[in-house]
Amino acid sequence: MNPLGHARGPTQGAQRESGAEDALPNVQALRRTDLFERLGLLALVAPALLLILVTMLLPVGWLFYLSLLSDQGTFSLEHYQRMWEQPSYARTFWTTFQVSFLSTAICIALGYPLAYFLSEIPKRAANLCMIAVLLPLWTSLLVRTYAWLVLLQRRGLINNWGIELGLWDEPLALVHNLTGTLIGTVHVMLPFMVLPLYSAMRSIDRNYLRAAANLGASPLRSFWTVFVPLAMPGLLTGALIVFILCLGFYITPAVLGGGKVIMVSSRIANDIEIFFNWGAASALGVVLLVVTALIILAAARLVRLDGVLGGRERV
Amino acid sequence: MSNASLPISVSQITKRYGKVFALDHVDLEIRSGEFMTLLGPSGSGKTTLLTVLAGFTRPDGGSLKFGDAEMVCVPPHKRDVGMVFQNYALFPHMSVADNVGFPLKLRRVKPAEIAQRAERALEMVRLGGYGGRGVEQLSGGQRQRVALARAIVFEPRIMLMDEPLSALDKQLREHMQIELRQLHDKLGMTTVYVTHDQREALTMSDRIAVINSGRIMQLDTPRAIYERPKNRFVAEFIGESTFLPVTVAQGRVRLGEQTLRTATPPPADGQRLLMLRPERLRMLGAGEAAGDASNCIDATLVATVYQGDSSLFQVVLGDGTALSVRGASAAGPAPGALLRLAVNVEDTVLLAMEPAA
Repeated sequence: MNPLGHARGPTQGAQRESGAEDALPNVQALRRTDLFERLGLLALVAPALLLILVTMLLPVGWLFYLSLLSDQGTFSLEHYQRMWEQPSYARTFWTTFQVSFLSTAICIALGYPLAYFLSEIPKRAANLCMIAVLLPLWTSLLVRTYAWLVLLQRRGLINNWGIELGLWDEPLALVHNLTGTLIGTVHVMLPFMVLPLYSAMRSIDRNYLRAAANLGASPLRSFWTVFVPLAMPGLLTGALIVFILCLGFYITPAVLGGGKVIMVSSRIANDIEIFFNWGAASALGVVLLVVTALIILAAARLVRLDGVLGGRERV
Repeated sequence: MSNASLPISVSQITKRYGKVFALDHVDLEIRSGEFMTLLGPSGSGKTTLLTVLAGFTRPDGGSLKFGDAEMVCVPPHKRDVGMVFQNYALFPHMSVADNVGFPLKLRRVKPAEIAQRAERALEMVRLGGYGGRGVEQLSGGQRQRVALARAIVFEPRIMLMDEPLSALDKQLREHMQIELRQLHDKLGMTTVYVTHDQREALTMSDRIAVINSGRIMQLDTPRAIYERPKNRFVAEFIGESTFLPVTVAQGRVRLGEQTLRTATPPPADGQRLLMLRPERLRMLGAGEAAGDASNCIDATLVATVYQGDSSLFQVVLGDGTALSVRGASAAGPAPGALLRLAVNVEDTVLLAMEPAA
């Protein structure tokens, strides 16, 4: 309401008649000052708002409009109808959810112990380790993906070593399938899981664990009854971010899936690049957008998102 | 509740962080049912000692016994001691009742009994009916009581408290001091209480261990700690005090030209410190005799500081040594006046010569 938080509340003058305020000196000048402050704040967000309008809201609206046009340019629901009728679309969505769900689960399995370790070691060491965790984000996604291709392919580094060391006889199918897709996706997504988890775990007062031990909880018990619930907001944030990013992930699944793991994003690309069918691609995009929005809304009911995304302080 | 309590025996407990001794071969016998306060400045090692008792800090060596059982290697969750933390450490994701019931749940008490005993513990700290609330909804004083209820609900025979009142405002703190002491008298558990507040220590304790640099400087009753400090640190840390250098020669204590009498036979010859408490010094009126039981010191008034319930008179002796005298806040003599100060022989305390801390 007023940015400086000046007390204008009803605490003192509650019983007085309203309007008595107008008799005070400088009332108009103070109101004007309030107004200028609010306008000043608005001016600060204006460029960002404009950018979002031009690059997000307008294209999404355009997308929505395209999805409702038939190939002849008339208004129709044929793209949505086709999606409903053709089982291949259902398969695509199923694959997308499968990859997203499995990637999220693997990220949790790998990220939770890592974040726990980072939250237990001294802060300086943890910061160094955190740089290592974030290092992959500084390299091009395409480079990382093709590097995995080199490592995982039939005559790749891993298969050659495995056979030379006698661990397995025939080259394993590590790429152009679900396995390869998951390996690549998890590698890209892991930092997005570790970061919120780590920050949630760091902010847990270790006295809670001491108190639990003092009251008779074994280390395992206090971990499950105290640590895990207190770290839950971080886990949910990480899972939500990873899952949503996976839903629309394109490059890595496309390259490492080798056309065998077809996710919604690949299908959209195909519709545009091969079939030049903007309507069908737009309809897929709209469905993906709606599904993502629904998931965020569902998650918001589960846990307060403002706290999750803002990293609420715990005292 | 149970009247069983355990004595605690600490011997040779040592903990070093690098070259610094947090605890330096500490010996401490705490009697069964005693209210023992560990008093010291921050960084003195008092909290480290408490965390050794709780099992959170592993000492480098030494022995710790509850009753006859050696505890030094026992992990915290098997020690069965109650503890109240400085910031209470109430679990924010549990209700008040769940917090208080937590130790009972871990001890596999039946749910119906848990609810009953948790409620009884809450009633004992006068929070009956608060079980359904969330921790975040409580005020600081109420959280303090919940933490207390959680610590007593499983009837531990030893209770540890780490500055439990430091987060409360002054009035509530003084109120809780009395309440805590009453609760201790009612339940009878051996209590170890850590504080840096000397008044709190004097108010609550059976005995006080004054700790500095990882060593116990003096272990005594509150009265003895205040009236008969054994060294300069204790005298300075507790209450107000001023120190005057005196000489002991042939059984006589001399302050400048004057001879002082002491309650105990004077110590061996050499330099000593005379400790004087401002409130134990009296300003004698004109022609008033000091009496047989008092020593007399001449001084000049320099300034008067009005402090409400009393005034602090700053005086200097003949050789220029500054001294404080506490007196009634009614108008005193004007600055520059010559004064005669009297102090009871009982309050004339001699200490070993030590530089100020």
